Amino acid sequence: MNDSISNPVRRVDAYDKAAGYAQYLADMKFEGLLYGRLIRTPVSRGVLTGVELPEMPEGYRYISAADIPPGGENRIQMIKSDWPVFVSDTVRYLGQTVGILTGPDRQRLHELASKITVHCRTQEAAYTIEEGLACRGGAIHGDDNLFADFHLKKGDPEAAFSQADRIVEDTLETGFQEHVYMEPQGITAEWKEGKLVFHASCQCPFYIRKAVAPSVHMPYENIIVNQTTTGGAFGGKEHFPDVIASALAVAVYVLRRPVQVIFDRREDMLYTVKRHPSQVLFRTALDAKGRITAMDIDARLNAGAFESCSPIVLQRTIFSANSVYDIPNVNIRGRAVATNTVPSDAFRGFGAPQGIFAAEMHMSHLARELGTEESEFKRKYFLAKGGKTVTNGTVREEVLLEQMWSRAAELSGYYEKLKAYPPGSYRGIAPAFYLHGGGFTGSGEQEIINGKVRITGSKDGSAEILLSNVEMGQGTATTFSKIAARVLDIPLDRVKIANPSTARVPDSGPTVASRSIMVVGKLVERAASQLRERWGGTSDESVLVQYEHPPWIRWDQETLQGDAYPCFSWGVCIVEVSVDPGTWEVETLGVWTGHEIGRAIDEAIVHGQVIGGVNQALGYGGLEKLELSGGGFAQHTLADYSIPTSLDFPKVTSFLVENPYEYGPFGAKGAGELVFDGAAAAYAAAVQRAVDRKVERIPATPEYIMEITEA
Amino acid sequence: MNQIHCRINGSPVAISSPGTRRLLDVLRDDLGLTSVKEGCGEGECGACSVLLDGKLVNSCILPVLAVSGGDILTLEGLRETERGRCIIDAFAETGAVQCGFCTPGMVMAAAALLFEHSDPTEQEIRIGLSGNLCRCTGYDMIVSGVALAAERGRGLW
Ligand code: FES
Ligand code: FES
Repeated sequence: MNDSISNPVRRVDAYDKAAGYAQYLADMKFEGLLYGRLIRTPVSRGVLTGVELPEMPEGYRYISAADIPPGGENRIQMIKSDWPVFVSDTVRYLGQTVGILTGPDRQRLHELASKITVHCRTQEAAYTIEEGLACRGGAIHGDDNLFADFHLKKGDPEAAFSQADRIVEDTLETGFQEHVYMEPQGITAEWKEGKLVFHASCQCPFYIRKAVAPSVHMPYENIIVNQTTTGGAFGGKEHFPDVIASALAVAVYVLRRPVQVIFDRREDMLYTVKRHPSQVLFRTALDAKGRITAMDIDARLNAGAFESCSPIVLQRTIFSANSVYDIPNVNIRGRAVATNTVPSDAFRGFGAPQGIFAAEMHMSHLARELGTEESEFKRKYFLAKGGKTVTNGTVREEVLLEQMWSRAAELSGYYEKLKAYPPGSYRGIAPAFYLHGGGFTGSGEQEIINGKVRITGSKDGSAEILLSNVEMGQGTATTFSKIAARVLDIPLDRVKIANPSTARVPDSGPTVASRSIMVVGKLVERAASQLRERWGGTSDESVLVQYEHPPWIRWDQETLQGDAYPCFSWGVCIVEVSVDPGTWEVETLGVWTGHEIGRAIDEAIVHGQVIGGVNQALGYGGLEKLELSGGGFAQHTLADYSIPTSLDFPKVTSFLVENPYEYGPFGAKGAGELVFDGAAAAYAAAVQRAVDRKVERIPATPEYIMEITEA
Repeated sequence: MNQIHCRINGSPVAISSPGTRRLLDVLRDDLGLTSVKEGCGEGECGACSVLLDGKLVNSCILPVLAVSGGDILTLEGLRETERGRCIIDAFAETGAVQCGFCTPGMVMAAAALLFEHSDPTEQEIRIGLSGNLCRCTGYDMIVSGVALAAERGRGLW
C-alpha cells in the first residue's frame, strides 16, 4: 500500500464512543445542579398579556425578561439581534421562550411547568411562503416580510427571452426537514469565580459567547464556552444553542447555581430550527433547436419568525440555482420570507440542496419535454474550467464530471437499465449532478472570520492542536490530527486534540460551511510546518497562524458578484427505484455516487460522510414529511416523523476522483455538505421516470405519488 | 417505593425506587451507567438499548419493576467480555462510529443479534439493527462492523 494520507486510520474517538466511555452533556456530573425548563408561548402570533404561576415550592424559580440584569439587553446576538431572549410583548412563533423554570428535581419541574399558564392576545399569523409574501395579518418584519431580497444577472437574459422560440415554466418545492441529531439540544451553565461558564453540545463555541454577552452585559473574557462531546448536529447546533444559552445566562446570573437544560425529543422536534422550505419558479427560454438560451428564476425560502442566518442560506440557494450548468443568460431573484413558524436555519447543505433540487428537476423536466435522455441533456450544459457561474465568477479547477459520470453509469448499469425500464414501467433510474462551494461565501473567511489556529509542541515529543472547530461526528478530530502528524512527522497518537474551550483555543471560526478541513485544516498544515522548523520534539514551542485569503478571489459583497467560493466540490448520484402500483410505496434498489473533493484526508471518514449524507438526503427526498399544523408541526415524535432506518435504503456504492486543490491541506476541499446535495433529486427523478409523471415536490411520499399518478 | 432485586452486569443489585420509574433513569442516575443514552424517551430510537435476559429492550419505556428477577446487561458489562471487545473493535475498525450517540445501543443490538445468529447475512444484520436509529452513518459501515465481529468472533457466539 502506498503511504497516501488518504489511507484510512482508526478514528481517534472511535474506541471511547464504541465502548461507552465518551461523556456527553447528560453524562457529566455537576455539583448542586438545578434543571431548567423553557416556558413557551401557546400561540404563533400575538402579544403576551401575562404569565400565571402556580405556587412555587422552595428551590424553584421562574425567570423571565424582568430578571435581565441591569445594563443587559433582551436580545440574542446572532448576525442580527432581532430574536429576544424572552418574549416581553410581541410573540412571533409558537413555542417562543417566555421564561425558564428552574429547580432541583426534574419530575417536579415538569409538573410545575405544566401548571404555568401563558396568556396571549392572538393575532392572525402567516405560515406559508405565500402568506408571508402577502403579509397576512400585517408584516412581521419591515413592511414587506423580506429578510433579504437578492438579484443576480448573468449575460443578457432580456434579449434571450425576447428571441425565444418557446418558454417553459416550472415550480419546484421542498418541505421542512428536522435535523434529528440523536443527542437532543442541551447546555449546562454555571457561575465560577465571577465567570459564566457554559458546557454545550454545539458547533460554534464562540458564537455562544457572542450571543449571550448582551443579555447579561458581561465582557467576553468573563464568558467561557466549553464544547461537550456532541452527538450529531448537522447545522442544528450552529445557532440554536444561542437561544438556550441566552436564557440560561440570565438564570445563572440570577441564581449563581449551575442550571442544565436538555430538551426532550418532543421539544426538540417542535421548537428547534428546521431546514428552510423552498419554492423555486423557473421560466426557461429555448431556441428553435431546443437549446436553453436563458433562465429566469424566482427562489423563495420560508425563513420563519426571526432572521438568524436566512439571508446567507438564501445566497447559497440562489448561487446553486443553476447547479453544475453553464446557462449563458440568467436572471435570479431570491427572497427570504418572514413567517410565524419556528425560525428556519442552518442544515447540512445550507440552502444549496433546495437550489440544486430545483435546478436538477427543472433540467429533468426540460429533458422530458424535449424527449431527450436526461443525462445526455444535462451533460451538454456542464460547467467547465474557465466557465462562468451565476455570480459571474470563474470556475478555476478542471471539472471532472464527465469522468465521474462514466464511472457511475458503468457501475450502475445505467444505460442497460434505461432500456430495460421505459418511463411508466414502475421501475426508474435517474442521475443528479451537483456542486458545493467550499467555505464561507465570498470574502467572509477574510472579513468576518479570520480564523486562527495554534499548535504547541512539547518536550515529551507530543503536539497539541488548538482550534475552535468541533468534532460532532464528522471526523475532524481525526482529520486534523492526521494532517498535523503527517507534517510534523510524528505518530498519530502523539497528537492531542481536545473538545475546545473558548478560554483555551484561538477562534478558528465556526464548524460550518464545509470549511473545517479545507480552510481550518490548511491552517493546521501551515502551523504544523512552521512548528516543524523550530521544534525538534525536545523543547516547548508554540505557533499561531492566521487565515490568508487566496489572492485571486474577486468578490463584491454589495452586488454579490465575483467568486462566491474559492473552489467547488463536485458530485454525481444515480438512484434506481421501483414503485408499487398498488400502494405507491417506493423501494430503492440501488444508489451509486461519485465525488470530487480534491483529496480525501481519510477515505473511510469521507466514505462515512457520503453514506450518511446520502441517507439523510434520501430521507429528505422520500420519507421525511414535516407538516405545519396550527402553527406547530403535526409530526413531533420519531414514530410519526420517519428518518431512514437500516432497512429503508440499500448499501450505497461510492467512489472518489482526485483533483487536489492548492489551497486545501494535502489538496483537500469540502465534503460534508456536498454529499447531501444531490441524492434527493436523483431519487425524485427516478420516481418520476418510474411513474412517468412530473415530480415537482419533495418529499415524494406514497401519498404524493398517488396524487400525481391518479390525477 | 419498591424493592427490586435483579442482576446488572453480572452482579446482584437491590434497587429501592418507585416501581414505575423508567429503567433508563435507574441505570443512569442511580447506578451511573451512562453508556445507556436517552435519544427519544419514547421507545423509538434504541439509544437506551440494554439486554434483559439476553433480549434487546429499550430501557426508556420499561418500568423498573418489570425487570425484577431479571438479568440486565449494559455496555459497561459487555465491554468487559471478549465478545464485547470483539464488537467494539470491529466497530472502531470499520468506521461504524461517527458522533457515537447511537453507538452503545448499536453495540448492544449487535450483541443481541450475534447471540442469536452467529453468522448473519447482510439482511439479517439490517433487521437486527432496525430498531436503532443512527442519523450520522447511513448504517452501511455499522452493518460492516457487525459482519466483521461475526467473522472475527467465530466460536465466541
Ligand atoms: S431513548 Fe429509548 S428508544 Fe429512544
Ligand atoms: S453515529 Fe451519530 S447517530 Fe449514529
